[in-house]
Amino acid sequence: MKFARLIFANLFRKPARLLLTIGSFAVALFLFVFLGVVSDAFNRGSDVAGADRLITINRTSIINTIPLSYRDKILRIPGVKCVTFDNWFGGVYQEEKNFFPQFVIDPENQRQVFSELVIPDDQWKTFLGDRDGAVVGAATMKRFGWKIGDRIPIKTTLYGLAGQAWEFNIDGVYHGKRPQDDETQFWFQWDAFEERVPERLKGQIGWYTLRVNNPDDSPRIAKAIDAEFANSPYETKTETESAFAAGWVKQFGNIQFLIVTIGSVVFFTLLLVTGNTMAISIRERTPELAILKAIGFSDRAVLGFVLSESVVIALIGCVGLLLAVIAVPALSGVMAGMLPTLILPPRVLIYGFVAALAVGFASAIIPGIGAMHLRVVDALRRV
Amino acid sequence: MVRTDGSGNSGSLIQVRNLTKTYRRGSETIQVLQNLNLDVDKGEFVAFMGPSGSGKTTLLNLLGGLDVPSSGSITVAGDEITHMSGSKLTEWRARHVGFIFQMYNLIPVLTAFQNVELPLLLTKLSKAERRKHVETALTIVGLGERMNHYPRQLSGGQEQRVAIARAIVADPTFLLCDEPTGDLDRRSADEIMNLIHRLVKEHGKTVLMVTHDPVVARQADITLHLEKGVLVEAAQRAEILAGGAA
Repeated sequence: MKFARLIFANLFRKPARLLLTIGSFAVALFLFVFLGVVSDAFNRGSDVAGADRLITINRTSIINTIPLSYRDKILRIPGVKCVTFDNWFGGVYQEEKNFFPQFVIDPENQRQVFSELVIPDDQWKTFLGDRDGAVVGAATMKRFGWKIGDRIPIKTTLYGLAGQAWEFNIDGVYHGKRPQDDETQFWFQWDAFEERVPERLKGQIGWYTLRVNNPDDSPRIAKAIDAEFANSPYETKTETESAFAAGWVKQFGNIQFLIVTIGSVVFFTLLLVTGNTMAISIRERTPELAILKAIGFSDRAVLGFVLSESVVIALIGCVGLLLAVIAVPALSGVMAGMLPTLILPPRVLIYGFVAALAVGFASAIIPGIGAMHLRVVDALRRV
Repeated sequence: MVRTDGSGNSGSLIQVRNLTKTYRRGSETIQVLQNLNLDVDKGEFVAFMGPSGSGKTTLLNLLGGLDVPSSGSITVAGDEITHMSGSKLTEWRARHVGFIFQMYNLIPVLTAFQNVELPLLLTKLSKAERRKHVETALTIVGLGERMNHYPRQLSGGQEQRVAIARAIVADPTFLLCDEPTGDLDRRSADEIMNLIHRLVKEHGKTVLMVTHDPVVARQADITLHLEKGVLVEAAQRAEILAGGAA
């Protein structure tokens, strides 16, 4: 600790330069966290996926429908516990920017299959008795300032219903049991949907979600389901919910690669900026370092001073992580509809912290070794 | 006593034997010091003079363990430093040598107090003990009232006095001064020389000083001249110069 004063005195020698370097760290860390949060949002499907859940879709693509009549056949396959189905509604509230996911659900089995999404029994009961009823995730309720009892118009362009506004009564609000559970969905009943769509779409659903008794049986069950409907007009593709979620994200391109690439470029640039700053700082102080060595400070002590300065800058730069903690919830609101709900996982903060320390250390190691090997006699000649 | 003929006894504080230093500049070998001998007893004040490039600073660097000789030996208070490893030499410098440079070489972001405290950070002294030592050193150099001033707030003479305080604070075996008045006006130079003189006479310090200034050199107990890589006393020097003229 007795050397702390020397380290801090050197650190604050050029306040403007210090501020800019800390700013570089803070901005880079903020960006790093934001990228991590976006990556997490895209990959959260795998996290929320139930280990015992399978998804069955049309083999051609998810936008192609499959018959509702498959449900009973699926239920007969050994190991299947329960099945529910959904359809995508694709509507918006009032204007295009107010997008959020709406699903036509099977009220009979929804809660059994998605047991992590919780709704009070009395609200669920009201919903079941209301043909125009809807259950809405807490995040979407908050986003639009809705409350139970509100009547909400939703416009869709799908199913030959272009521009038509459907009105729903909000009967209940669901919450996720875990932080990563999606609370943006809007559910309404299959019966209400089916009676309004054109004849050709009646009895057609988007996908099945089923629960199995034993997750170890999932590969066998998936194979059995797809075999059951092979060579039919609606062949199926069944996979685990996590595989389905991963495949869904892949449709957007290699998000992970993009994020890792941007993050790497950011940190490499930061490394160059900080390394250059440290190199200039050391060069300016060559005679002073020589004096320290002349009066008895060891090579390692000099290296320690240089590394400490850089690591302290990195630590102060971690204010960028704090900014991210404050900003992510706000950004989540701003970007609602464009991205899934943004959640800041603690591990992203830890990675950011470790990355900051690593960059702080790496950027000073070369100037530090230079200072360590400085020959006092040569350095004093430069005075 | 100060001797340059290698006849000093083992009781001398500093014993230099057959010290040679050569440099290579491209394919050329430059011999700066050749078989130089020197014995300095404790409490002596020695000035080194000589033309530019004669090797005065090189000799000072070798005596201070900042550079290593090509051959020969340097023994200080019984420790032969010429064969010490880099880290041992660093520890040795911290214990035995106080450096005073022409350009003061203070750390500009530290106060006078903090600059003087630097050598003590390498010791096991407590904070209170360090403070006491620093205050004593600054009082000796007459800057007891300026300990919280930064170098930029001090005159050149005052900066050099802080550098002297830094050099003496750890009570080293000897002081090495490289042109300590070279960057000062006459009045400040006189003050610094009076201070160094007091350190020798009142505090028993051993001082080896390089200077170009004969007025400054006269304050020393003895002035040695570096001529053609060897040390000679004033009388011998006159002979050498006379011989050269003949």
